[in-house]
Amino acid sequence: MVSSAVSDFSSDQTPHSRAVLEGPDIHRALTRIAHEILERTKGADGVVLLGIPTRGATLARRLGDRIERFEGVKIPVGSIDITMYRDDLRLKPARPLGHTELPPDGIDGRIVVLVDDVLYSGRTVRAALDALNDLGRPTAVQLATLVDRGHRELPIRADYVGKNLPTAKSEKVKVYLQETDGRDAVLLMKEDAK
Amino acid sequence: MIVRNVRILGGEPVDIRIEDGVIAEIAPEIAGEPGIDGGGAIVLPGLVDLHTHLREPGREDAETVQTGTQSAARGGYTAVHAMANTSPVADTAGVVEQVWRLGREFAHCDVQPVGAVTVGLEGRQLAELGAMADSAARVRVFSDDGRCVDDAVLMRRALEYVKAFDGVIAQHAQEPRLTGGAQMNEGVVSGRLGLTGWPAVAEEAIIARDCLLAAHVGSRLHVCHVSTAGSVEILRWAKSKGWNITAEVTPHHLLLTDDLVEDSPVGAYNPIYKVNPPLRTRADVEALRAALADGTIDIVATDHAPHPVEDKETEWSAAAMGMVGLETALSVVQEAMVDTGLLDWAGVADRMSIVPARIGRLSGHGQPIEVGVPANLTLYDPSVRTEVDPSAFASKSRNTPYEGMTLPGRVVATFLRGKPTVLEGKLV
Amino acid sequence: MNRHLISAGDLSRDDALLILDTAEELARVSERSIKKLPTLRGRTVVNLFFEDSTRTRISFEAAAKRLSADVINFSAKGSSVSKGESLKDTALTLEAMGADAVVIRHGASGAPHRLANWVHGSVVNAGDGTHEHPTQALLDAFSMRRRLGALDGRTVTIVGDVLHSRVARSNVLLLATLGADVTLVAPPTLLPVAVDTWPCAVSYDLDAVLPKSDVVMMLRVQKERMNAAYFPSEREYSRRYGLDRDRFAKMPDEAIVMHPGPMNRGMEIAAEVADSPRSTIVEQVANGVTIRMAVLYLLLGGETA
Repeated sequence: MVSSAVSDFSSDQTPHSRAVLEGPDIHRALTRIAHEILERTKGADGVVLLGIPTRGATLARRLGDRIERFEGVKIPVGSIDITMYRDDLRLKPARPLGHTELPPDGIDGRIVVLVDDVLYSGRTVRAALDALNDLGRPTAVQLATLVDRGHRELPIRADYVGKNLPTAKSEKVKVYLQETDGRDAVLLMKEDAK
Repeated sequence: MIVRNVRILGGEPVDIRIEDGVIAEIAPEIAGEPGIDGGGAIVLPGLVDLHTHLREPGREDAETVQTGTQSAARGGYTAVHAMANTSPVADTAGVVEQVWRLGREFAHCDVQPVGAVTVGLEGRQLAELGAMADSAARVRVFSDDGRCVDDAVLMRRALEYVKAFDGVIAQHAQEPRLTGGAQMNEGVVSGRLGLTGWPAVAEEAIIARDCLLAAHVGSRLHVCHVSTAGSVEILRWAKSKGWNITAEVTPHHLLLTDDLVEDSPVGAYNPIYKVNPPLRTRADVEALRAALADGTIDIVATDHAPHPVEDKETEWSAAAMGMVGLETALSVVQEAMVDTGLLDWAGVADRMSIVPARIGRLSGHGQPIEVGVPANLTLYDPSVRTEVDPSAFASKSRNTPYEGMTLPGRVVATFLRGKPTVLEGKLV
Repeated sequence: MNRHLISAGDLSRDDALLILDTAEELARVSERSIKKLPTLRGRTVVNLFFEDSTRTRISFEAAAKRLSADVINFSAKGSSVSKGESLKDTALTLEAMGADAVVIRHGASGAPHRLANWVHGSVVNAGDGTHEHPTQALLDAFSMRRRLGALDGRTVTIVGDVLHSRVARSNVLLLATLGADVTLVAPPTLLPVAVDTWPCAVSYDLDAVLPKSDVVMMLRVQKERMNAAYFPSEREYSRRYGLDRDRFAKMPDEAIVMHPGPMNRGMEIAAEVADSPRSTIVEQVANGVTIRMAVLYLLLGGETA
């Protein structure tokens, strides 16, 4: 694909920034997670995928598409914005809200798989668990993440991981997805990278 | 005493010798004592204010005769007319004499009381105008200022009655029905701010009526604080008829506009800009300046209206109307009229001393600076520019709209019958 | 966004859209069984009401509570205010209580501007004199957008006592910012003198404007105005400027009818018009809570200056 994204991509290949996952890697990781979800939940019966906006919601849709392709079942996919449940709201100006969209049948009695792009401190997931608590009562909650970069600050772990990525706290992990960013990649950047 | 190196109305430097409160000699260099160095300051005849609120008796928390006259002296004034809307109202010989005696006692400047036109400013029954005229205070100016004498018959009778002792009615021109609950000039800004408008026509209608009444009965009329371009047109017409009408404008109406209510460094709706009549538009300011320059408006009068802090630190509609003005008047007139080329210093002397004294029938004030006249003098240095600092005011109140503004000029010294009341800018 | 919400004119187009978009998300909270978010836990919102307005006060109270803020209702009646305490002293009292936001309703135009000089927290104008009522304008815009979509190029007609209406002032400013074309319709006595400088059109003829309107907003007309000679009689006002069934029929089929309440049924609006499915009057109330949640969140949900 010839687009400005390509030139962006090449400019990312600096001493400060390197791609740790390329498009095909992301594709394979999601395919594997989809299979693992099917396996763990015995055919994804009663599963609801809830992505955490923005990129978690995109990943949830991709996982839903894959599961449908593999098993021929359409499982409910939605999104859950956690902004109003964050514990760091006072550190920044008020943020615009993401979109919360629950499947029509809700989440009561379902197995909710939360989907996020990067698992780091665990605080986002903590917020998502609080948000879920106000939205209904699932029988179980599981967590899928494309990248687990470590440095957990809460007793939270992922059930499905695309890639475990050892990082320094000073580094940043940035996920690009075709739907929102024009390409698929995961970049690891030094803190001072622009 | 010799005042050295001063420029009469901005002319060549001279020395002035004062003896027994009277100017004894004016010459380029007078031999003798070192005297007071004027440093090349302009010397004007001591300023005369036809419109001052001293607040005593009744509101001594806002101003007293003592602090008000100190404020006047610092502003270069040697005489002020104290308005009648005190508590009790100055509507009897007793009250006007009390104010007059207080002025004599403190002697920072002469205090000439203004008598109320109607009992209690109520607009129903004439006050004892003759008794006030015959009292020790020798009242010649009568005004219900703060209120308009809106009853046409009462106004006619007042205009007629004071002819017997050469008095003048100073009218606060405000049609009350058109200004019920009025908060600011009615126009673009009032509409946006949702503040009840004070329309120009409410002033202009009364001025037109009063001019016609004064002409009809052959009386003198003085119009207080003219604030609109339309009023200027009516006055110009009335004067063209040769009628005996005079008018004043305040310093603030020569400089400030109503958009300050919406947008100013001190925030929107700051009642520091709340005054009656209200600040008008730029076009009105231009018309008032031109009228003062061409004589359609005769004088500048301060409408010095002190209010304590708590009467201004409120929501707009609850705030008192008025601004202090004595200590900034000359600077504002320099900014608006002299530095713009509209008036020279002789013109300033005319508008701020000579003519106000004539309207008020004040003897000993507002005379040309000549040998043999009482030494009521104001020394003024127009060359400096300073930031207005209300905390330095002698007035008890601080409700100035000019706080933080940089204005030209400084009163260096004021002499009342030869005795300095202010020297080097400080009260003596 | 500014730290305060005092005038609808202070909102940029981006600010206004952010508030509307945030409200769109928050509207779903009202549909949940648990209608509460933890966002403003530990924050204090004071409702400082110098005028009786139960509707507006409970709307702000519900909004603040749904965001888990602590709410203190300070009514001027029966308090020290009625014993002569100044607005400034009241403000200093609230400051000492640690108010993060003060929602003020006051009979004097500009009172919220003055209050903002004396408190550190955010000031939200819940109606000041005859000046503005910005959250009402926001909820009106929100209600219009939910019914009609984006407001760019939409024609909105506001009918009634514009001169004394804080709702009209805020709506004209906000709707102009959002790209709508506003026409004010009123007898000339009930329009401000310089209304031609406002970002809207003006007409004295309701019947001429109705067929071109996407939204018709009727303002409450106070009967006292009649005594001050703004119009001769209720009957004449109603005939010339009331939205009755015949006039309602002249509106385009998709057009909606709004009223900020409380209504004078039979005066400015006929009962059957107010109750029609094209009237948004009831949803305006629900939307009020939502839009006020959005405002409180955006003012208080982030770092404080």
